[in-house]
Amino acid sequence: MAVSRMKKNHTAYLFVLPALLGCLLFTVYPVGYVIYLSLLSWDLISPDKIFVGLDNYKNLLTSPEFQRVLLNSFTYMVVTVAISISVALLLAVWLNKRTKLHSFVQTSIFTPHIISLVSVAMLWMWIMDPEYGLLNYILSWLGGPRLLWLDSPDTALLSVMIVGIWKVIGYNVLILVAGLQSIPSYIYESAKLDMANKLTTFFKITIPLLSPTLFFLFIVNVTSSFQVFDSVRVMTQGGPVNSTNVLVHWIYQTGFEFYRIGEAATGSVFLFIIVALATFANFKLLASKVHYQ
Amino acid sequence: MATSLEKIRSSKVILPKESHWIRKLIKTLSMGKGIENISLVVLSLLFIFPFLWMATTSFKTLPETMLFPPALFPKEWMFENYGEAWRSGPFPTYLLNSIFIAIAIIILQFAVIIPAAYAFAKKQFKGSNVLFGLILLGLMIPTQVTFLPIYLLFSKMGLINTPAALILPFASSSFGIFLLTQNFKQIPNEIIEAAKLDKASEFQIILKILLPIAKPAILTFALFSFIAHWNDYFWVLTMTNSDAIRTLPVGIVNLKDTESIKSWHIIMAGNMILVAPILFIYTLASKHIKSAFTYSGIK
Repeated sequence: MAVSRMKKNHTAYLFVLPALLGCLLFTVYPVGYVIYLSLLSWDLISPDKIFVGLDNYKNLLTSPEFQRVLLNSFTYMVVTVAISISVALLLAVWLNKRTKLHSFVQTSIFTPHIISLVSVAMLWMWIMDPEYGLLNYILSWLGGPRLLWLDSPDTALLSVMIVGIWKVIGYNVLILVAGLQSIPSYIYESAKLDMANKLTTFFKITIPLLSPTLFFLFIVNVTSSFQVFDSVRVMTQGGPVNSTNVLVHWIYQTGFEFYRIGEAATGSVFLFIIVALATFANFKLLASKVHYQ
Repeated sequence: MATSLEKIRSSKVILPKESHWIRKLIKTLSMGKGIENISLVVLSLLFIFPFLWMATTSFKTLPETMLFPPALFPKEWMFENYGEAWRSGPFPTYLLNSIFIAIAIIILQFAVIIPAAYAFAKKQFKGSNVLFGLILLGLMIPTQVTFLPIYLLFSKMGLINTPAALILPFASSSFGIFLLTQNFKQIPNEIIEAAKLDKASEFQIILKILLPIAKPAILTFALFSFIAHWNDYFWVLTMTNSDAIRTLPVGIVNLKDTESIKSWHIIMAGNMILVAPILFIYTLASKHIKSAFTYSGIK
């Protein structure tokens, strides 16, 4: 009996071994290694890796360029998450009906999400072209000014944010509709019996019951907004004048174009801390407000 | 005898059954549903129209792309644009690599994830909770944090520019393990016990019991994984610098970068090559794809 139980255990360990190896090699080890790298000054080519302790951290936090990068990243996160979740919520409530048309609209809104961000970015570069783009044409047709979009430091980040929002909103709507559909209809019926109007129902019933879904959506949206790279690389390469340089793009440039490995690693550690903090903050702040049925 | 006009006014006229739809239409429009339906169509256009715009632009000539106001349709459908985009770089290589890498990743993922999920879901072993937690931790650590150290590691091992660099890191997908573990957990233990009494091997249990029941989840994950890796730009960009191994997204960006005047018609043609397969799959299996992404919302 004991032998067969041990055999059972061995099989289990054998079964999880490849997954575990992958996890250790590609998740745990890199985090440790990148922390070690952030304490060095190294240009990738020379064999000298100089230990500089926390100098990289100090230098970056006091450099205006990196401060701008952090500011860009946070701005991007706040604006895209706020707009893409609130608009998605309104759309989800509107689209939460089982007609063919509503289903078709949901499918259409989701389309940008499954297309490569590279293609989405190029498509919008074309649409936002200051001279021949569709967007300026529509603006001029509505009587507005022709904007420079990606070419001006004042509007470039906004342009990249528009692309990010357009791409993610369909995903948010999908998740929210699924969340809405898990709310049993008898709750709405009893609300109607209590003469609750649409607004009260929305704020006092729908949103609390939707809070697990909203909570999940916040985490996913916030963490993925800090990971944005493709659109920035394709559309602006961080410019003009650093106005769209976000954290991941900065890490890539610093490591792969300027070969400042220590600094790039430091940026990666910052990214790791931010993502971890965002996840924990979401857990602490919103978990207490999450209402489970 | 009331006139027909009076009859209609008194609303007691019974329309013949064939024109029942007229009544429905009038009812719909007058109840404001017409406005809602029109706004719904406008909303979906907001998300679909840009792709149509991409498609029609891909057939235009260069002067046509520089028209202001923009021309909706090209005068002539320039299929040559696709030829030019295709020839601008080693596109057959890019396409083959995209297909090969995406499929190889999925196959390896199945080989790694399915046994692991089986063990976590159905087997009791010491430390299983800790190990499962460790694997879930991977969900919180983005590739944008790990790419630099992994690049250096692969560089030391001489694996840069090899398929291994593009495939191995994704084998132990935390999301896949999580998804399948939850799924396998729902399979009743009795079925597995019965199979064991029949002297079934672990391999047979997996193949004949677990896989058929979990087929929706497995299909879901495969779709999700295929789309993610077909579309991937960042990882391929960082782990490779040789055209021989690079995939379509990198190729398309190179196309954009090498076009001296912004030849949007060629660039859009190139993008259509990247986008069309996914759009095609999407029109066939939109429900499956949507449920693939909703699954990631299930705790």
